[in-house]
Amino acid sequence: MLNVLGDFVAELRAAGIPVSMSEHVDAARATTAIDIADRGLLKASLAATMVKDSDHAPIFSTAFDIFFANRSFNPDSESDSPDGEEGSPSSSERPTGIPGRGKAKGMGMGGGLSMSPEELSEMLFQALRDNDNNKMREGAAEAVTRYAGMEPGRPVGGTYYLYRTLRNLDLEELTARLQGIILPPNADPDNLTQHIARDDVARRIEGLKAAIEREIRERLVEDRGAEALAKSVRKPLPEDLDVMHANREEMAQLERALRPLSRKLAVRLARKRRHKRRGAVDLRHTVRRSLSTGGIPIDLRFKPPRPAKPEIVVIADISGSVASFARFTLLLVHAISSQFSKVRSFVFVDGLDEVTALFEHTDDPKEAVARINAEADVIAFDGHSDYGRAFMTFHTKFAPEINKRTAVLILGDARNNYHQSNAELIADLRYRAKAVYWLNPEPESYWNSGDSIIGQYAPFCDRVIECRTLRQLEAFVGTLA
Amino acid sequence: MGAIDPRQELADRLGLTEVPPARFASPADVTERLRAFDYLGDDSIASVTFLADRLAKPVLVEGPAGTGKTALAKAVADATGARLIRLQCYEGLDESKALYEWNYRKQLLRIQAGRGDSTGSEEWSALEDDIFAEEFLLERPLLEAIRAKDPVVLLIDEVDRVELETEALLLEILSEYQVSIPELGTMRAQQIPMVFLTSNNTRELSEALKRRCLYLFVGYPELERERDIIVSRVPGISTALAEQIAQVVRSLRQLDLKKAPSVSETLDWARTLVVLGRQEIGDADAAETLHILLKYQSDIDKAKKELLGRGKSLA
Repeated sequence: MLNVLGDFVAELRAAGIPVSMSEHVDAARATTAIDIADRGLLKASLAATMVKDSDHAPIFSTAFDIFFANRSFNPDSESDSPDGEEGSPSSSERPTGIPGRGKAKGMGMGGGLSMSPEELSEMLFQALRDNDNNKMREGAAEAVTRYAGMEPGRPVGGTYYLYRTLRNLDLEELTARLQGIILPPNADPDNLTQHIARDDVARRIEGLKAAIEREIRERLVEDRGAEALAKSVRKPLPEDLDVMHANREEMAQLERALRPLSRKLAVRLARKRRHKRRGAVDLRHTVRRSLSTGGIPIDLRFKPPRPAKPEIVVIADISGSVASFARFTLLLVHAISSQFSKVRSFVFVDGLDEVTALFEHTDDPKEAVARINAEADVIAFDGHSDYGRAFMTFHTKFAPEINKRTAVLILGDARNNYHQSNAELIADLRYRAKAVYWLNPEPESYWNSGDSIIGQYAPFCDRVIECRTLRQLEAFVGTLA
Repeated sequence: MGAIDPRQELADRLGLTEVPPARFASPADVTERLRAFDYLGDDSIASVTFLADRLAKPVLVEGPAGTGKTALAKAVADATGARLIRLQCYEGLDESKALYEWNYRKQLLRIQAGRGDSTGSEEWSALEDDIFAEEFLLERPLLEAIRAKDPVVLLIDEVDRVELETEALLLEILSEYQVSIPELGTMRAQQIPMVFLTSNNTRELSEALKRRCLYLFVGYPELERERDIIVSRVPGISTALAEQIAQVVRSLRQLDLKKAPSVSETLDWARTLVVLGRQEIGDADAAETLHILLKYQSDIDKAKKELLGRGKSLA
C-alpha cells in the first residue's frame, strides 16, 4: 500500500497538486485507520488528507481512478490479481487481460461478443431508464469491447477510443427514446416540466459516457500500467492553461475558473487597500480608549483610510491571434471593476473604438464581451493589426483625459505587420499617466521575432509582462490596485 | 508496519491519563447518527468526519454559501453529545478576542487594593505573581475549548474572513491542541476536541493552515439527497413536490448564474410552495416565486428565459 501511495503522490505532484511531506504522512496514517477495501472511503480519505483545493479535485479523481483501478483491495473480487502490496505493475511483461474484476476481458475485438448491436442498445437503454448502475457498467464494457477497437501498447490517452465507441453507439437515438418515456405524453406546453425532463435525460446520457470512459481507462491501465497512462491523460490545472491556445473545452474551463478568481482578487484588493495606510487619528475613539488607562492616551486609534481607487484604461488588440486573451483580460478587469474608480476599455485592430458603454449597460461582462465583436468598429483598412495607427487614434482623441491617477494597460503581442510603431506616443502616454503596462500573451522567447516589435515599445512602458495563463494574469492585476 | 494510533499518540503528548474513546465506529455510523439530528450527509462528509475523529485532526470545510457547513459542526456536536464552542471570524479579529485576554481592570484594582499596605520589594514580586494568575485571565473561545473538561466541538466559522497574519493564531491550537500564554505557560487540551473550520473560499487560505487540516469540500447535494433534505426539513411537503423542487433547482444550478441557489434558499422556496398549497410547480408559480431562489435580477431573467421560455431545447 505504501508503495502505491508513494507512486500516487508522485503523480499528483507531477500533475501540479502540491502535496507536502506531512500530508503524505497523514494519508499513510489514514489508510491504517480505515478499511481500505472500501474504495469510496479510501478515495475520500486520500482526498481529505492530500488535496486541499477544490479546483484540484477533478485531477485527483482521474489519477485515483487510474492508480487504484485494478488494484482492488476488495476481498470478494476474484483474487489472483495482485493487490497493492507489490509496487506498480509493469504490465508490458504481463499478458493482457489477466487481472481484472471477475471477467477476463481482452483488449481488442477478441473478447466474447455475446450480444448483437440491437441487444446492446436495448440493454443500455434499459440501464439508463432504470438508473441501473450494474447494467450500465456491463453495457459499457460490452460497448467498449465491440466498438473501441483498442490496440495493446498504443500510447494514447483514450479520447480516441471514447470517440469511436460513442460514434458507434448512436446516442441520439438513445436520447430520443429516453425522452419518449420520460417526457410527459402528449407534450403539453408546460415548459418547466419538459425542460427538467430534458435535463434529466442529458444527465443520464452523461452518466453513460462517464461509465464508458471509466471502462476504457481501466483497460488502458491493464495494458500499459498506471504511471504511463497517468502521464498521457495528465492535464494542466485551469490556471496554468495557455489562454492563447486554449481549445473550446479549455476555454469553458477557464471561464469557470475566472469567476471565483475574480471574486478572490476583489476581496484581496479591497483588504489591501484598507490596510495599506492608516488614516488620521480618530480623536473621539482615542479619548474613549484612554479612560481605561486613567485618561492617558496610550492606545492611539486611527480613522479608517480612504485611499483613492485607481482608474484603469485598457487598450486591447482583438485581432484573431490574441482575441481570446483580450476577451479574458477584459472579463477579469470588469469583473473587479468595483475596485477601480473607473474602467475604460478600448479595442482595436487597425482602427480603434471605445467599448466602455457596452459594459455599462449590462451587469454581465460576458455578454458585453460577446457584443464587442459584433458592435465595435475596429477595422479601418485591411483588418490586420496596426498598433501604430491605433495608438495614433487613441492619442489624438483620448490622451487629454489621461491623468496621473490612470493606469494604462495595453494588451497585445505587438505583431505590427511591419507598420510604423509610433512608439513615441506611448512615451507621451506614460508621461501623462500613472503607469503604462504592456501585457503580452506570447511566451517571452518569441518576443521581437518576426514582426513582433515589443522591443520598440518596451522602453516606454513601466513594465512589459508575459501573461499567458490565468495565474500570471491574476498576479499582475493583483498589483494594480 | 507498526501502526501507531494517532489518538493514542496525541493523548500521550497532551499528558492525558487515558485515551478518549473514538466517537464514531464507522462512516456509516456517522451518517446514521447525523441523520438522527436531521443532517443528511453524503459519503464524503461521513468519511471525512470519521477520519477526523480517528486521526484527531481538524477539518477545513469549504464550499459555496448555504450548503450546510456550519450545520455539520452543529450536528456533530449534537450527535456526540458535546458542547459546541463557536468562534465567529471577522476582519480585525485578534488574539484578545480569539484566545485570551488579561482582565487589566481587575488587575489595576488588585494593585490599588494592595497599595495601602507597605510597599516592600517582596510584596511586589508576590503581587506580580498574583496579578498574572488565572483569576485575571479572560477566556475566549479557543482557550475555552482547550481548557474544557467536558467533550466539546470547536467551530471556527468563516475563517477566510480573518487576515492572513491572524491565521497564525490558530496554528498552534490546530496542530498541537495547546495554547501558550507567556505569563502562565502552556495550556494543553484536557480531552481531544473535534475542530471544524469553515470557509466560503473568498480568499486563498495559507498553506500552513491547510496542511494542518483535513479538507472537505461540501458542494451542492445530489438530486436524491437534496430531495431528502427538503422532506426532512420542510414539514408537510409531499415527496413528489420535493423531488420536483430538487429537479428544478438542479437545472437552475446548471445555468451560468451569478449566484446559484443554495440549499437554504431551496428550503425557503419549498416552504413557500407549501404555504401556497401547491402540489406541483407550474410555470406561473415558478415565475412568481423565482426571486426566493435567485438574488440577482439578471439571474432571474436568464432563468425565466431558459427554463420557461418556449421551444428552447437544452442540448
